[in-house]
Amino acid sequence: MSDTNNLVMDLPVPSSLLDIGAQGLIGKPLSRSEGPLKVTGRATYSAEYAIPDLAYGYLVGAKFGRGKITRVDADAVRGLPGVIDVITDFATFIRNPQQGGESKAPAQGVKDVQYFGEIVAIVLAESYEAARDAGERLVVEYEEAEGRFDFEALKADSEKGTFNNIPGYFHQGDLDRAVADAHASVDVVYTTPSQNSAAMEPHASIAVWEEGTLTLYGSYQMPSSDKLQLAKALGVSAKKVRIIAVYIGGGFGSKLGVAPESVAAAVAAKQLGRPIKAVMTRPQVFETTVRRASTEQRVRFSVDAEARLTGVGHETKTSNLPGESFFEPAGVGTHFAYPGDNRVINHDIVRLNLLLAGSMRAPGEASGMMATEAALDELCHKIGLDPIEFWRRNEPKEAPEEKVPWSTRQLLRCMEEGAERFGWDVRNPEPAQVRDGEWLVGMGMAAAVRSNMLMKSAATVSIDPDGRATIATDMTDIGTGTYTILGQIAGELLGLPLDRISVNLGDTNSPPGAGSGGSWGAGSSGSSVYLACERLRERLAAAMGCVPDELTLKDGIATARNRQIALAELVGEGLEATGQIAPGDMETQRKQASYGAHFAEVGVNATTGEVRVRRMLGVFSAGRILNAKTARSQCLGGMTFGIGAALTEDLVHDPRNGKVVNHDLGEYHVPVNADVPQLEVHFLTERDQFANPLQAKGIGELGISGAGAAIGNAVFNATGIRVRDYPITLDKLLDQLPPI
Amino acid sequence: MKSFVYEKATSPQDAVRFVGNGAKFIAGGTNLLDLMKLQIETPETLVDISRLNLDRIEDTDAGGLLIGALVPNSDLAADARVRERYEVLSRALLAGASGQLRNKATTGGNLLQRTRCYYFYDTAMACNKRVPGSGCSAIGGYTRILAVLGTSAACIATHPGDMPVAMRALDATIVTLKADGDRRRISIHDFYRLPGDTPHIETGLEPGELITHVELPPPPPGRQLYRKVRDRASYAFALVSVAGVVSVENGIIASACLAFGGLGPMPWRDTSVEALLLGHAPSDALFAQAADALLASAKGQGANDFKIPLTKRTLIASLRELTA
Repeated sequence: MSDTNNLVMDLPVPSSLLDIGAQGLIGKPLSRSEGPLKVTGRATYSAEYAIPDLAYGYLVGAKFGRGKITRVDADAVRGLPGVIDVITDFATFIRNPQQGGESKAPAQGVKDVQYFGEIVAIVLAESYEAARDAGERLVVEYEEAEGRFDFEALKADSEKGTFNNIPGYFHQGDLDRAVADAHASVDVVYTTPSQNSAAMEPHASIAVWEEGTLTLYGSYQMPSSDKLQLAKALGVSAKKVRIIAVYIGGGFGSKLGVAPESVAAAVAAKQLGRPIKAVMTRPQVFETTVRRASTEQRVRFSVDAEARLTGVGHETKTSNLPGESFFEPAGVGTHFAYPGDNRVINHDIVRLNLLLAGSMRAPGEASGMMATEAALDELCHKIGLDPIEFWRRNEPKEAPEEKVPWSTRQLLRCMEEGAERFGWDVRNPEPAQVRDGEWLVGMGMAAAVRSNMLMKSAATVSIDPDGRATIATDMTDIGTGTYTILGQIAGELLGLPLDRISVNLGDTNSPPGAGSGGSWGAGSSGSSVYLACERLRERLAAAMGCVPDELTLKDGIATARNRQIALAELVGEGLEATGQIAPGDMETQRKQASYGAHFAEVGVNATTGEVRVRRMLGVFSAGRILNAKTARSQCLGGMTFGIGAALTEDLVHDPRNGKVVNHDLGEYHVPVNADVPQLEVHFLTERDQFANPLQAKGIGELGISGAGAAIGNAVFNATGIRVRDYPITLDKLLDQLPPI
Repeated sequence: MKSFVYEKATSPQDAVRFVGNGAKFIAGGTNLLDLMKLQIETPETLVDISRLNLDRIEDTDAGGLLIGALVPNSDLAADARVRERYEVLSRALLAGASGQLRNKATTGGNLLQRTRCYYFYDTAMACNKRVPGSGCSAIGGYTRILAVLGTSAACIATHPGDMPVAMRALDATIVTLKADGDRRRISIHDFYRLPGDTPHIETGLEPGELITHVELPPPPPGRQLYRKVRDRASYAFALVSVAGVVSVENGIIASACLAFGGLGPMPWRDTSVEALLLGHAPSDALFAQAADALLASAKGQGANDFKIPLTKRTLIASLRELTA
């Protein structure tokens, strides 16, 4: 007997039940509950299910950049030992992954190959090694066609960006005039490269058909919409598809939508009548999943004599495959981060035959703030103003475009607290003044902003007759701590220690959750758990003969009006409730975002130009912090991504065929431990009653936003060299370093 | 991965008898297994030599060291004699790979580490080293980590090693056992081959010839240094590296041994550069002259052009440190 507690966020929630819970779990720095399973190999990832009669699939990618397949010589490999079959369903196979949250199928049809590495066949065998050997030998004949591979050469040929509800073009006032009339201005072009999420677990699916129903064990971040995409691609009812994604070894956006291995495994499993496992190789992850698109960003800022912003321009050119509407929304944070009456924020797409461009951790802000926060540093240097003083003069009282109040905005406090903790006052604003032996030392800072989002999300919470609670939702934990924080929320509201709560995630047979993406996971799925628990508290109060406000729940005991009854006794044959949250008017009546400030100290080797980050510190405000440890870890991870973005990560496409040149972790350089120094993370105390009943906001993508710019600004402070082409590798510094 | 026959060798003599079967020796496997998974290497037979009794480091009568081919990189780097007398080697080893890899990688295997050229590692692209005669897609492609010295029209791959660079500076000798049972001593200076039009031939080893030891002569006099410049602080191949041993007597450079990684298809040594230094007082002008001599024939390919000025700066700074 379940009933549903719905909440549409049309009104603020000024008092949260989390503040009256007695269990004392909220905010605690608890370790991830599934951690021991993961570090002892007992957490079963998608590729690890022991399914009887499983056959192995090896994905075969096109070895050309653009053209039409004329023949696949399957017979030549069918006879190899252990090989079962070669499947080439050109019409059903998907060209590229789907974007996150879409209900449509991804682009289908792979005969007309659009990019190098596009998955065109799957070889099935009794062992992975046999499948791979046959896949390497499989000859795919084709007629090559002319492709569009080179952004530099083709960038003049672009189209305006429009994608879902992200505005591609925005104009207000007269920016050219503002720049012309300005006391001071900057007009600079920054570029960022393509990047890959490089999640530790490669994309993997096991497809099992039973009586016309597909179960897909897949490493996917958003099972409820992934299920719809997969069903559409296969031409079956969504009721006939179940996705199981219990543990996910990192996603960072690359597993938001279904990827080619899922459809290939499902098609092959159906044809063969056996379960099929398809795991991408590391090079395939780099070549056929999702990239963060490269950008070219023209940034303009103009100020009056008091250093107040009069104009903001942020014009981005990016790229994607033909027919894909997603564009890297580099200006998405610019809309609300910076005031100024005269504004131009545009995005154009250049059509290129490169792997799909899609969401990677903080799409928009991550690459956008690398440009805007560096350009702002340029402006501050030009007018001789400390960047924090600049913000003091420019902090907007309301959202500059919508003219609505902030839900909360503590950007300046983040900066001021960060400055004090970091020791910003000792920074010499004059660049290239500090030397430590062979190292030029500098400091930089940058703002961090990231929009907060709430997504429709549902969860069921039940209390068994033995007094244990179970949470069920198809929400995922991609290494972020969902298992832990959902348990904390339910434990707080139901008065149960964590060891009496089971959290069941990642199964589309459970109520549809928000999935993991856009930093909305904790706020959205956490609210659904909150709402289910709120309803259970009402039912428990009724059973106690009191109103919910009189009820205290702690350690499995309900207390009210001088009576104490064990939860197990109180629930009789058990209680169950479903909570469902949905966004409402608060989304538009208040501008909601989380904020932060990054501070970085770098050393630049005066001989070689090698840049090494010496220390970094971030102060963040993101509403209520549900778990101080997992929240901190999110920020550490984001800052580490920032180090990679600033200094090393560069997904290189060969301009002759669009191929990813550095398609492994040996040559695509994510930061290693030695690149990541002491990182400090602090949170401001905050509640955001406009965000959701938890009063919490997104964190996962906040830590990366602006982080790279702080490092780039520190490189400038160390050397006097402004590199506007990320990553800041030593070759871009070499000719401007002091003479040897 | 292509199926293969696995054989376990019980002695070096036993190991070399598998010659001619498309056999490859495997010890740590840190490079070979990767290459086999990618089907860049497809041996018919793997001869496991990891249990052979070649894992000791012994003093030689000449005052040097005889290093068994199976001594792991970690052990070699940590050996007290190496740390004291062959600091350049210890530092080079520790600059390479990661702790896990160094625990598995062996002395003999590391000498044979294959290039990390992006196009060699990608079976979808043409590579003369992988498939002789298929062409070089690196030329005209992305070349950041590729060679500027010793290249040919057929290949611009770089030797990726650190340890072998130090060994070249130390005049190491490679001791082998041939398939016919003969032992051979090969100077490291004669060990590697330039690509020319046969880039798939990387060393002078004969088919089935097994490296059993590396012998180091007594260390040359003077200060030792290994400096590796790379794109991240660890776990990255050298953009350029310098292994140097230089002595100064009475204000004059008395001896100099310099070898370089990241520049060429083999650990690079150019004795004319050393000769230029000998008998002169250390000075920046002299060092610059040496760097110019080293790089006189250097040829960039676009994305790796920076290696030329980078090497010059790195060499000058290294010589300053070695002669300070």
